[in-house]
Amino acid sequence: MSERDLASKEEIEKFREVGIELDLSKRSATFLQEDQFVKTYTSIFEGLEMMSVKDALKKYDWLKDYLWKVLRKDQDDYTKEVATSEDFNGYFIRALPGEKIDIPVEACLYLKRALKQKVHNIIIAEEGSELNIISGCTAHPSAVGMHIGVSEFFVKKNAKLTFTMIHGWNRKIEVRPRSAALVEEGGTFISNYVLLSPVMSVQMYPTAYVEKEGKAIFSSVIVALEGCKVDSGSRAVLRGEKASAEIISRTVSKGGEVIARGHIVGEAPAVKGHLECKGLILSEKGLIHAIPELEAKHPNVELSHEAAVGKIAEEEIFYLMTRGISRDEAISAIVRGFLEIEIKGLPEVLKQAIDQAISSVEKQLF
Amino acid sequence: MDVLRVVNLGVEVQGRRILENVNLYIRSGETYALFGPNGSGKSTLLNAIVGNPVYKITSGRIIFKRKDVTDLPTDERIKMGMGIAFQVPPKIEGVKLIDVLRYCAKIGGYKEKDIFELAKRLKMLDHLYRPVNKGFSGGEIKRSELLQIMLMKPDFVMLDEPDSGVDLENISLIGEVMRELLQRDVPKKDRKSSGIVITHQGHILDYVDADYGMVLHKGKIACIGDSKDILRQIRKFGYEGCVERCLREI
Ligand SMILES: Nc1ncnc2c1ncn2[C@@H]1O[C@H](COP(=O)(O)OP(=O)(O)O)[C@@H](O)[C@H]1O
Ligand SMILES: [Mg+2]
Repeated sequence: MSERDLASKEEIEKFREVGIELDLSKRSATFLQEDQFVKTYTSIFEGLEMMSVKDALKKYDWLKDYLWKVLRKDQDDYTKEVATSEDFNGYFIRALPGEKIDIPVEACLYLKRALKQKVHNIIIAEEGSELNIISGCTAHPSAVGMHIGVSEFFVKKNAKLTFTMIHGWNRKIEVRPRSAALVEEGGTFISNYVLLSPVMSVQMYPTAYVEKEGKAIFSSVIVALEGCKVDSGSRAVLRGEKASAEIISRTVSKGGEVIARGHIVGEAPAVKGHLECKGLILSEKGLIHAIPELEAKHPNVELSHEAAVGKIAEEEIFYLMTRGISRDEAISAIVRGFLEIEIKGLPEVLKQAIDQAISSVEKQLF
Repeated sequence: MDVLRVVNLGVEVQGRRILENVNLYIRSGETYALFGPNGSGKSTLLNAIVGNPVYKITSGRIIFKRKDVTDLPTDERIKMGMGIAFQVPPKIEGVKLIDVLRYCAKIGGYKEKDIFELAKRLKMLDHLYRPVNKGFSGGEIKRSELLQIMLMKPDFVMLDEPDSGVDLENISLIGEVMRELLQRDVPKKDRKSSGIVITHQGHILDYVDADYGMVLHKGKIACIGDSKDILRQIRKFGYEGCVERCLREI
């Protein structure tokens, strides 16, 4: 199937902005869900499974035990709504034991006509496997509605899962992702979130439960333009000995409101966690509210945080101007640098996808 | 031809008066060494000349190449040929040294490969992809600042303590680069570059034979004379003693 059969030229352009290439030379598998309807999925790698969650539930009897395993059905109105509805779909992505799938798997959730897109995704990295996923979410410019995305991640023993989510909605869409991950002994869960374009509102607080010697790394890059409300955080519950977590967020407000949360809970001996929350506020209308939280439930834990919110340092702008660039160019260089966080362990292709997302919205930013 | 005229300059920082009635006249091809105790306002003077908005001009004018630049934004002054190497530059998270060098090279008309050649000469190749100034040692900061100003190819060069904290081995490297920047090997009549070098040590004057020296004292320029003479006086009598003598001689 060619990409043109799947989407119009404009749509393909929108998909690209959220990291979706529809090109199997660059991705190991592609999944595209328009509203509730799965248009295609291909998986060209052995050791990798990808299909709609509905098909997967038919294929594997054991899969029902994974549904609502890390998230509670009654967590809130949104989870309840997905749990009680038959009208949902989503992706099932699984790396088989020991398989290392370097080339990213892409999954696109596209809201076109539906008033409510309900999604339930299950992602499993089996023991000793490695899996990279890029999940791009976008909406038709005329779409109005809500996206509720439930995602449950299972990182089995010594597995490594990198999940990069890029959002590109529109001003009439409300977004309610509900995600949680179970990271087993020695497993690594790397979760990246990028939101740079306008949206009506996003509210989410993904949580990783980390067992012995497991690791969770959350990085988010969020830009809130005027009229946008974003309430986003990451939480790690360190349940096993020597588990660790790192949560980094970079937030820019250009007139929008952002609540940047972070929460690390240390419940076991010798766990370590660090939270870094930085915000730049570029206009007088905006708001950034950083809420870093640390919770120790065991004496032998090491948890720390740093938070800083403010405007760009004039000293830095002046310094760059002494190198011959204008004030505006200096501000744009500093903001861009601020957003380009070094995400540890991120494959080059994913880094490119994120940089591309930053470039494609840069004009609106400055 | 005159390059810089500072007329009756008064400068305030955060409401505090730092410089008062400073007058300066620098001609094409001339290099001035600027001396003065810590806190006397040396860095303030250079910052005011290049247009740092933190340093408020309360009186007087700055005339650069016969144009009044007192109210001109910094980048415009740079495009007119000013260049500055800072004593303590800020670090910028996320902006890499190489990014800054590319801005500099654009001003100086250098190509990408020139950046790498000069970076090699100043031993900064390992730092190109690090956030600018972040975690750089004292000596690395000085070499990085010199590398940047080299790439901008200014004809009015301001160097704020380029030799402070630099070990002996690197002093000769820095000295040679400064010599080049200020065109000290070009016969005076053909020389285009001029500038101000702030220094405490004076070792650097073995490499860059400044035409004149001047001492900043209590917000004013207290003496102007032969740079080596002044340095000798400072060494012998201290800044106070040197200034006393200068004032007596007038
Ligand atoms: N950015 C600044 N903020 C506050 N005070 C400053 C600043 N820059 C200089 N000053 C003050 O101005 C005076 C002169 O400083 P400076 O010009 O750096 O002296 P020098 O370079 O001769 O050592 C000092 O008292 C210093 O504390
Ligand atoms: Mg100084």
